[in-house]
Amino acid sequence: MLDTLVIPLLKIVVLLNAILISVTFMVLMERKVIAWAQSRLGPMRVGPYGVLQAIVDPIKLILKEDITPIKADKMLFSLAPILSLVPALVAFAVVPFGGDELFYIADINVGLLFFLSVTSIGVYGIILAGWASNSKYPLLASLRASAQLISYEIAVTMTLVSLILTAGTLSMVGIVEAQLADGVWYGFVQPVAFVLVLIGALAETNRVPFDLPEAETELTGGFHTEYSGMRFSLFFLAEYANIIVISAVTAILFFGGWLRPFPNVEALAFLDLIPGWIWLFSKIFLFLYLFMWIRATLPRYRYDQLMRIGWKLLIPIALANIVVTGIVKVLV
Amino acid sequence: MATQSAPIFDTDELVINMGPQHPSTHGVLRLVLKLDGERVVDCDTVMGYVHRGIEKLSENRDWTQIILLTDRMDYVAAATNNLGYCETVEKLLGVEVPRRARYIRTILAELQRIGSHCLWLGTHAMDIGAMTVLLYAFRERELVLDLFEEYCGARLTYNSMRIGGLPLDLPSGWDRKAREFCDVMEGKLPEYEELLTNNRIWLERTRGVGVISAGDAIGLGLCGPPLRGSGVYRDVRKDEPYAAYDEFDFEVPLGTRGDTYDRYLIRLEEFRQSIRIIRQALDGLPEGPIMGKVPRLLKPKAGETYHAIESPKGELGYFIVSDGRATNPYRFRVRPPSFCNLQGLKPLIVGHLVADVVCLIGTIDIVLGEVDR
Repeated sequence: MLDTLVIPLLKIVVLLNAILISVTFMVLMERKVIAWAQSRLGPMRVGPYGVLQAIVDPIKLILKEDITPIKADKMLFSLAPILSLVPALVAFAVVPFGGDELFYIADINVGLLFFLSVTSIGVYGIILAGWASNSKYPLLASLRASAQLISYEIAVTMTLVSLILTAGTLSMVGIVEAQLADGVWYGFVQPVAFVLVLIGALAETNRVPFDLPEAETELTGGFHTEYSGMRFSLFFLAEYANIIVISAVTAILFFGGWLRPFPNVEALAFLDLIPGWIWLFSKIFLFLYLFMWIRATLPRYRYDQLMRIGWKLLIPIALANIVVTGIVKVLV
Repeated sequence: MATQSAPIFDTDELVINMGPQHPSTHGVLRLVLKLDGERVVDCDTVMGYVHRGIEKLSENRDWTQIILLTDRMDYVAAATNNLGYCETVEKLLGVEVPRRARYIRTILAELQRIGSHCLWLGTHAMDIGAMTVLLYAFRERELVLDLFEEYCGARLTYNSMRIGGLPLDLPSGWDRKAREFCDVMEGKLPEYEELLTNNRIWLERTRGVGVISAGDAIGLGLCGPPLRGSGVYRDVRKDEPYAAYDEFDFEVPLGTRGDTYDRYLIRLEEFRQSIRIIRQALDGLPEGPIMGKVPRLLKPKAGETYHAIESPKGELGYFIVSDGRATNPYRFRVRPPSFCNLQGLKPLIVGHLVADVVCLIGTIDIVLGEVDR
């Protein structure tokens, strides 16, 4: 009873709250990082250096009027934000924050597959949002989103196949343990796969330079143009939760998860004094920062260019990577 | 593609309204786009949302009051508007402007060009998704506004010139600050270039987008950077020098391909040339009066005149008719560069994707206050 129900439930409650709170602070961090990149200060009014902005923003969004356009499909319109948030949160179930059983909710033997399948459901939220709004700009955005997310899904999944070949397991914990056994982070073994997954991650989370479904300057906010108040913030939550989960998974797959740098070098054993979850969190943090940095720096790709990169560049490279990995695996 | 079979699915064109409330139509421009998927098949440009009747208003104001109204046309380049108007009236009156005033006018006009191009660069990059450039460019534009504020007290609508000269001499120390600004600006240009010029995404978004041939550009009556981007050598500062431009050394950058990237490069080069002109003008700033001999009561003889200057957006011309009896113009007509460049928008847009539309609105650099007047 205690082991099968109470402890997992407790873990879920803690993790969910942690994610939701970290999302609000991540929004603040993004605003600050981009502000510094643009020689501004960012939010400074609420609390010292604006730290309380993270709390005030959600309150504001909850208190705002929630408008449903008359011509919208009411059921789908309400369903869409939920459909985009839930998969992002569910995906955390298989993300291990440490090697000990205390640090993950479930270690299923097809963890990576579960992660990929669950996160791809999220796109339905965006497609339905654009469709249900019954408005032209969101419709264009949802068409873009479906094309973009599907094509990048393929590229990322193909790329991960080569990583699975290297690790020999689909379990998230297993992949980290394989990195420990091999004594090297897979980012060094599979650098091509790492870069591809990183690009794919940007596209999957609709971030600059692939933020076409949002594209504020073209489509005036894209799929969430008609949304307001809490429903709008659910999309926001989903986007940021997705970024966090993708950063976490990238860190686990390629940066050794909770392992210290160079896990096979004995001379660095003193680094093990730092708990594993701190290593993982700092790696996630690095990726989050990278996402923000890219957002502050790069312009946006055009729709056709984006599709070209996905189909003509990423997928062939991913396929070639699988072949090379397979050959190396057989020979070595 | 000899025979094209009918589409299997029911296809229809999607008509969307871009504007007048849209984040990247640079004001209240409205485009009615007909889309086939994301491709634009037809475009209808609707303007007039900020029409204030400035031309007609001017016909009921006396000559000096009109300077205020010209501020409100291209409100990001008020000083060049003032300059164009004042010179036209001077031409009509036959007033000689002192050399010092002409130098200061040139400095102000070139500062204004930098300020206006900063705004263009920021918004153009923002439209394409690079938002940091906007903040960088506005940071430098702020310095231009500070210089103007110190000179005439205003930051946007300057009313900074008078018929026959200038209302004010430069405040002491202003020339030093202007020089400092030139140094700062020169140092910041590489920052913009680093973010954009060799950026792969920027290249893909701007190269080969919105190509317009030299012949088409002339035929459409384009002016300023969009015309020079197609390789046509036309700059009023060189062709029909006004103010003190004939005394300075500067180059007119020309494009070769006539695409958005060329127009971007041209404007960036114009930053450098403007800095060069300002430096030369500050070095050679003559002493002397700032006002010419102007009659108390301005009453030009009956006649008409046209005078054009090179505003940041292109050729800004004024056509003024005086009937010789009243103290106001009989007919006042402006040839606004933004309006003429807007003519080129439709041929540029048709055939491109929605994402390029915002990029092309940015590249022709229009200010709706000037389009509608």
